[in-house]
Amino acid sequence: MSDVKAAPPVTGAKHAAGGTANYLDERTSIGAFTKFIARKVFPDHWSFMLGEIALYSFVVLLLSGVILTAFFVPSIEPVVYDGSLATMQGIEMSKAFESTLRMSFEVPGGLLMRQIHHWAALIFAASILTHMARIFFTGAFRKPRELNWLVGFTLMILSLAAGFTGYSLPDDVLSGNGLRIIDGVIRSMPILGSYISYGLFGGEFPGEDLIPRLFTAHVLLVPALILGLIALHLFLVFLQKHTQYPGGGRTDKNVVGFPLFPVYTAKAGGFFFVVFGVIALLGATLQINPVWNYGPYDPSIISAGTQPDWYMLFIDGALRIMPGNLEYVIGGYTLSLNILIPGVVVPGLFFGALALYPWIEAWATGDRGERHILDRPRNAPVRTALGVAAITFYVVLVLEGSNDIVANLFRLSINDLTIMFRIAVFVLPVLAFILTKRIAMGLQRKDRELVLHGHETGRIVRFDDGEYIEVHEPLNDQERWVRVSYTALKPREPAPELNVHGVRRKGYRWDRFKAALSRFYFEDRVEPVTPAELEEAQDHRAPVAESEAPRPEVEKSTTS
Amino acid sequence: MRALALKRHRRTAPFVLILVLLVGLTMAAYATQSRPAEGAISTANAIGEGQKLFAANCASCHGIGAQGQTGVAPSLVGVGAAAVDFQVGTGRMPLQASGPQAIVKDVQFNATQIAQLAAYVASLGPGPAVPDAEAVDPALGDPARGMELFRANCAMCHGSVGGGGALTQGKYAPSLWGTTPTHIYEAMLVGPQSMPVFNDANITPEDKRDIIAYLDEQRGAAAGGLKLGTIGPVAEGLWAWLLGMGIIVGFTVWIGVRSS
Ligand code: HEC
Ligand code: HEC
Ligand code: HEM
Repeated sequence: MSDVKAAPPVTGAKHAAGGTANYLDERTSIGAFTKFIARKVFPDHWSFMLGEIALYSFVVLLLSGVILTAFFVPSIEPVVYDGSLATMQGIEMSKAFESTLRMSFEVPGGLLMRQIHHWAALIFAASILTHMARIFFTGAFRKPRELNWLVGFTLMILSLAAGFTGYSLPDDVLSGNGLRIIDGVIRSMPILGSYISYGLFGGEFPGEDLIPRLFTAHVLLVPALILGLIALHLFLVFLQKHTQYPGGGRTDKNVVGFPLFPVYTAKAGGFFFVVFGVIALLGATLQINPVWNYGPYDPSIISAGTQPDWYMLFIDGALRIMPGNLEYVIGGYTLSLNILIPGVVVPGLFFGALALYPWIEAWATGDRGERHILDRPRNAPVRTALGVAAITFYVVLVLEGSNDIVANLFRLSINDLTIMFRIAVFVLPVLAFILTKRIAMGLQRKDRELVLHGHETGRIVRFDDGEYIEVHEPLNDQERWVRVSYTALKPREPAPELNVHGVRRKGYRWDRFKAALSRFYFEDRVEPVTPAELEEAQDHRAPVAESEAPRPEVEKSTTS
Repeated sequence: MRALALKRHRRTAPFVLILVLLVGLTMAAYATQSRPAEGAISTANAIGEGQKLFAANCASCHGIGAQGQTGVAPSLVGVGAAAVDFQVGTGRMPLQASGPQAIVKDVQFNATQIAQLAAYVASLGPGPAVPDAEAVDPALGDPARGMELFRANCAMCHGSVGGGGALTQGKYAPSLWGTTPTHIYEAMLVGPQSMPVFNDANITPEDKRDIIAYLDEQRGAAAGGLKLGTIGPVAEGLWAWLLGMGIIVGFTVWIGVRSS
């Protein structure tokens, strides 16, 4: 109480604010918590902002989505259009489609909101993949972050679900065709397929219940799951602290960076408006999903250029790339391998491998320690090469999914193009793997060179005895640290086959598999420069003074 | 030497440019002038002139009497004036080179000459005539009915709003946004190359006009901004990555560089 008396006179508003804060603090100790959060250190790198793009585009999706929900009617009850669009006048359509048209042409700002929402969805999906690539290529998924990788993976799958259910709502020709394809994929599953399809669609496709069900999923179920998982995801980032790139003074036991407040809050606030601004700009200037072009859904209609949004294109591509003659009738049941393989098996394997990747790599490394320092992609050549190969595979499928557009654009034969992609889908990932691995190891060797011999200066010195040498400037500590502070793992040897009793050990095969995997990863490697090597190369050169950059703060890790 | 040649080259460039412009303008003026009112020419005269033009430009492939040559070009007996007006008026004939599909190049004849060629081919045997102005007037058609007809009959090849699309073996259905109403009508009547024929029993003359009205609706400014070619979600995805992600990720890099 004496505090209040001692305090200098304050204005009413300030007093009230201070009073409220005080009141809250005395009851919740929130002040200490806020201070704790504000002093939380966050490392600095542009690639750490990719997750933020996903976060902010999701916020834009929520805001614009709420507005759309106010005008959209999730019903397939038929109505006759009577609005401002000449090409739809007097056409019978569902209320879902009609309300989408009304929103686009009669509700002020409605079209802008629709377009912002759709562009935000595309950016959301794109930023998730970019963020995921960052996590992958830097090895940020390693212990203890495997669980957060899984949470993130689930978020990625949910983003596909959110996008697809949204794309299907307006009940136009494209969305209906997309649903029909998914229905076909579901039905291709042996035995269960038709039951699942009936269950999901509430009867024979398209059914009365479909649009209302999709609506509930799209505005309630999926966003709630995403929201909850984002909270968990960020909580885990917070709890486990952010990873950091290798550098002087950075270890697996600390975090070097700037405090969350004020540096990062200011940055993040500004960055939200960048993301929002770009999405709004796209929404205001570029037409997206003009459903009035496609018209109300009618199962008998298909038009050239029928494609899903880009994040589903790989499935379309897998279906298109598959030879169509793999349908068998066995005992009265149809087994459509031509749909089952590209629609279920290939995506299942691809996503399965993606979800389990942290564990797959851990089998190879046998690493049980916590890793808070990120890898430079070149220092994990096989992982980097695998990532590039996977992206190559994905891109070939996306291109095949757009084969008619590509053929038309470059005046190629669509048949030749598909044959080309059939070869490319097997060959290009392998080539990409080999090439990436070579490039990564080449870069590692260049790093070694640089550490051992320093920067070329272009200055030539002539000695008395007539010998010419070029003066090399040694790297400064920071530069050197980045290039030498990694471990080139060696392949693991499996424990002996026979145990002490001369009996074949349980689990030996599994060990042998892990050893083989390990060989695949670490057979070829470039060792970092050791201090001894460095000394030998350097002789007696004076170290260069460090630059006077602002000193970042260091937070001692409390975990581990 | 080379430097000198380059210099001279550069000095003459403006003159060449002006010359090209002048020639272009004269030709354009000539082209607009030499389009006399239709019907001004007498039919008999037109057939005669057409025959001459045909012998000079088309007979090498289609034969002297337009009876066709096996393996080179089809007979034109009975294809009608509409087929000639379409093929020559859109720049497909005379055929430039063999390929998956007739190449559309600049139109090589003026309106009178096309009418003469059409009159000549029409005189060889009965076939569909060039439609009159009323039959193709978009203002008289119903664009909503046209939308339904177009979606049911044309969209699978030409795209939902006539932006074009790929067909098998390097063939393609072209964009219809630059096609004149008369040529749209004629295309349906004669079914050029791999496009099916939509005769009047199939799609009535009123239906055809409705389709023209629908396509005409696509020519104005699009709601919602730039159309991105109206080829659907692929283009949208491309722009989302190139423009959207490009700018945003560019920003993150910029912020990162500035703060370190
Ligand atoms: C280089 C050879 C060549 C020349 C020159 C040529 N054509 Fe053709 N024309 C063809 C071929 C080949 C076809 C068939 C195209 C196809 O079906 O793909 C054709 C088709 C046509 C058709 C469509 C026939 C139908 O069944 O609908 C018309 C009309 C036509 N030509 C008119 C002309 C006229 C008029 C000229 C002269 C101005 C001309 N062509 C010059 C090769 C030629
Ligand atoms: C089987 C696919 C197919 C269908 C269906 C089809 N077209 Fe075509 N269309 C084509 C092809 C292929 C061409 C190009 C022919 C050529 O260049 O020789 C074409 C050309 C045209 C052209 C000429 C365009 C230009 O400016 O060169 C018009 C107009 C046209 N189509 C209108 C229609 C209309 C209207 C319908 C529906 C009633 C329709 N088409 C249905 C395949 C199709
Ligand atoms: C809705 C989608 C997502 C959102 C909003 C999101 C958001 C974020 C944010 C803001 C961060 C901290 C900053 C950063 O490192 O970028 C982060 C970190 C992380 N994310 Fe995500 N993310 C999403 C999806 C994913 C996906 C698909 C994965 C991988 C499968 C993933 C795995 C991770 C991991 C492992 C970290 C910790 C990174 C580190 O500490 O270096 N996230 N996420």
